[in-house]
Amino acid sequence: MGDVLNILTGALMIIGAAFTLVAAIGILRLPDLYTRMHAASKAGTLGSGLLLIALAIFAQDQAIVTRALAAVVFFLLTAPISAHLLAKAAYAAGYKLWGRSVHDEMANAGGDATTPDAEARSDKE
Amino acid sequence: MSASQEFLVFAEFVALALLSLSFLLTVVRVLVGPSLPDRVLALDMLVTIAIGFIAVIGIRTGFTLYLDIAIALGLVGFLATVAFARFVLSRRYEQEFVKRDTLGIYGDKDQ
Repeated sequence: MGDVLNILTGALMIIGAAFTLVAAIGILRLPDLYTRMHAASKAGTLGSGLLLIALAIFAQDQAIVTRALAAVVFFLLTAPISAHLLAKAAYAAGYKLWGRSVHDEMANAGGDATTPDAEARSDKE
Repeated sequence: MSASQEFLVFAEFVALALLSLSFLLTVVRVLVGPSLPDRVLALDMLVTIAIGFIAVIGIRTGFTLYLDIAIALGLVGFLATVAFARFVLSRRYEQEFVKRDTLGIYGDKDQ
């Protein structure tokens, strides 16, 4: 029983740390803000979530298991919200997509929405 | 020490090494930028990696009390990213970066 738990904890730790490393490499190597955000908010959250689950399996204490799972749920809830907010703010502020991006869904709908916004801001200055 | 415990110690070392490496790579992104949202994103990633560190340290030393700190750190990181997003929205992209786009990363634009 203890052997299985040790091996499971170790495997989850290695997998979680590897996912975090993948996210960091993605942040460093991908070409623009939006693709970097895709690496950080998905692989990064999965990595730290797996590490917290490894801690929950290893501890076997009800209080710690509850807190670790609560932390995982909290990160799963907040990571998409913060990534979406940052992407929306960056797009509205005019940060361009990578030059070789295939498709920009917001080019028509969101692009028009940002233009008067930018004009309104430049009027104020 | 049984074989599974040796594997656990080995996994702790591997996880710490991988997390340190990813921390360094993310710090490089914080330093090189090139724009403000890139740095904000990398700082958010640093918080995530720090939470992973806390989990591994909790397994390694048994100090699971740090888990509370991890939850608080996640909350602070989330609020910081939201606040930075508002800050990004209030800054003009043109003023900050296009005029200094020496590498031409963001496409050519009338300057």
